[in-house]
Amino acid sequence: MSLKAVDARLLNAALLVALLAVLALVLNVGAVDIDLRKALGDAWRQHTSIESLILLDIRLPRALLAALVGATLGLAGAALQGLLRNPLAEPGIIGVSNGAALGAVIVFYYGLAGFAWFVLPLAGLLGALLAVLFIFLLVGPSRSTVTLILAGIAINAVGGALIALALNFAASPYAMQEILFWLLGSVANRSFNEVSIALPFMLLGWGMMLYCGRFLNALTLGEETASSLGFDVARLRLVLILGVAASVGAAVAVAGNIGFIGLVVPHLVRPLVAYEPRRLLLASGLVGAILLLLADIAVQSLSTTSEMKLGVITALVGAPFFLLLILRSRNALQ
Amino acid sequence: MSLLSASGVDYSIDRIAILKAIDFRLEAGELVGLIGPNGAGKSSLLRLLAGVEVPERGDIRLDGETLSRISPQQRARGLGYLVQGAQAYWPFSVEKVVGLGRIPYQKWWRQSNAEDESKITRAMQMTETLAYRNRIVTTLSGGEQTLVMLARIFATENRVILADEPVAALDPYHQLHVMEILRQHASEQRAAVVVLHDLSLAARYCDRLYLLSHGELDSSGGVAEVLTRANIARVYGVDSQVECNEQGASVVPLQRISDHHP
Repeated sequence: MSLKAVDARLLNAALLVALLAVLALVLNVGAVDIDLRKALGDAWRQHTSIESLILLDIRLPRALLAALVGATLGLAGAALQGLLRNPLAEPGIIGVSNGAALGAVIVFYYGLAGFAWFVLPLAGLLGALLAVLFIFLLVGPSRSTVTLILAGIAINAVGGALIALALNFAASPYAMQEILFWLLGSVANRSFNEVSIALPFMLLGWGMMLYCGRFLNALTLGEETASSLGFDVARLRLVLILGVAASVGAAVAVAGNIGFIGLVVPHLVRPLVAYEPRRLLLASGLVGAILLLLADIAVQSLSTTSEMKLGVITALVGAPFFLLLILRSRNALQ
Repeated sequence: MSLLSASGVDYSIDRIAILKAIDFRLEAGELVGLIGPNGAGKSSLLRLLAGVEVPERGDIRLDGETLSRISPQQRARGLGYLVQGAQAYWPFSVEKVVGLGRIPYQKWWRQSNAEDESKITRAMQMTETLAYRNRIVTTLSGGEQTLVMLARIFATENRVILADEPVAALDPYHQLHVMEILRQHASEQRAAVVVLHDLSLAARYCDRLYLLSHGELDSSGGVAEVLTRANIARVYGVDSQVECNEQGASVVPLQRISDHHP
C-alpha cells in the first residue's frame, strides 16, 4: 500500500542521487587534469580561464549529452518492451535509429558537415522523421502490432542497405572513416549546440512515453482488456511510437548509434519495480543515463592515442551482460 | 429500459459477415448465456457489447445511451470484459493484476489510494484469491488465474460483466465456483453475460439464453425454450439427450448427425 508508493519514490530518489554523483564524477574526467574548484569559481565569476573553458565548453556538454542520450535510450527501450510486451524489443526496432543514422551518413557522404554545426543533427532528425512516416505508410490502418514490428525491421533494413551503399562509394578513405566512426556512436567533442538541438525533441518524446505509463500497465492483460479498461489503444500506440521516434531520433542525430543501453537497462530495472511497466519507464531512464555516463568515463580513461567509441564499449559490456541476465531471469519470464 | 441492449447489429471482418441483424437485451438482475457452435459469432457479439469493437450497423446501448457516445472511462466503469484465456504478459503479483481494475478511476499520474486498496482487497475476498495476493499470477493454475482475472473485474465494480468462456479448460470445482460468482453478481442492479460451451452449465445458471448460428440469432428465451433436442440438433449437428430437472437441465450430446453440414 503506502509502503510500495514510498518504495517507488525511494528508488527514483536513490537513482537521481546516483545520477548526480556520476555527473559530478564525470566532470572530473578528461584528457587534461584541471582543478575543478578553480574552474567552478572562474565560471561563477564569469572569468574566462582555461579551466572554466574546459569545464563549461567541453566537459559539461559532453556529460549532459551522455546523460540525455542514456536516459532516452533507457526510457525508449522500456516503453517499446512494454508496448510490444516483448523483452527483446529495443529502440532501434522501429527503424528510427537507422533512419537518423542514414540522414547523418548522407551529410558525411556529400561532405556537408562542415557547412554549419546544425547540418548534421538536423539531417539525423529528418532521417528519423522520414523513417516514422514510412512506417506509418507501411502499417496503414492495420492495428496489428506484428505488422508494426515487421515495418520497423523493413525500414531498418532499407536504412542499413543505404548506409552500406554510402560506405561502398565513399569518396575517400577519410570520408569512410568519418562515417564509420560516427556510426559507432560517441558524445566526444560536442557542444551546447548539440544539446540545445536535441533537448526539445527528447523532452517531447519523454513526455509522450511517460504519458503512456498507465496504458502500458493495462497492456499487461492484452490489447482487448486495455481497450475495455478505457484506453484508446490505436491512439496511445501512436503517441508512444512518436515519442520513441522523437527522442531516439534526436539521440542518434547527435550521438550516433549506441546499442544495448535500450535493450539491457529495462531488464536490469524490471525486478526493482516489480515488473510494472509504468514504473519501469522513469527508473530505466535514470539507469540509462547513469550507465552511459559510466561508459563515457570508461571511454575517456581507456583511450590512449585514438579514442574508443562509446557505442563500442556499451556493446562490449552490454552483450555479455545481456547474456547473463537472460540466463538468470529466464525462469521469471515464463 | 434494458441495462445493455443491441438492436439490428451487423458486424463484419474483412468484408466477411460475422454477425447479422442481432437483437439482444440484458436486464438488471439477469445472467444471460450466449451459446452456439465454434465460429457462430459469440465472442464477436461479446466484443461489440464490451465496446472493444464497433458494429457496422445497429445500435448498442448501455443504460439507454449509445455505447460509442459514452466516454471510454465511463464505459470502462460500467462494463467489465473478461477475454477468453486472459493472462498476464509480465510476472505481476496477484494484487497488482487485481489493482489494474482500478484504472478507470485513476488519473494518469496518480498512485492508488486507500479507497482503491479496500476495493482491491474486497474483490480478492469475493473471489477467494486473497490467500495468494502476493504470488506471481503466471505461476498459478488455470482455475486460480481465472479467479484472479474475475477479481480484477470486481475491483472496477462494473454493473455489467461480460465473460468470454470463463470456464473453458477448468476442472468441475472451478467451473462451479466461477459460475456461482457470476450468478451472485447478477442481482439487483447488476447483470452478466457469459459465453459458454457447456450447455448443462448454461442451463443450470443462466436466466435466459441466446443461441447463435452462423452469425445469426437462431433462438432466444428461457432455458427450456432454447435447449430443445430439435434446436441442438439443428444448430450443433448433434443428437442429444435433454433432461429437465430441478437444477435446470442436463444436456448430454450423444452422436453427430451425419448429414449435418455446419
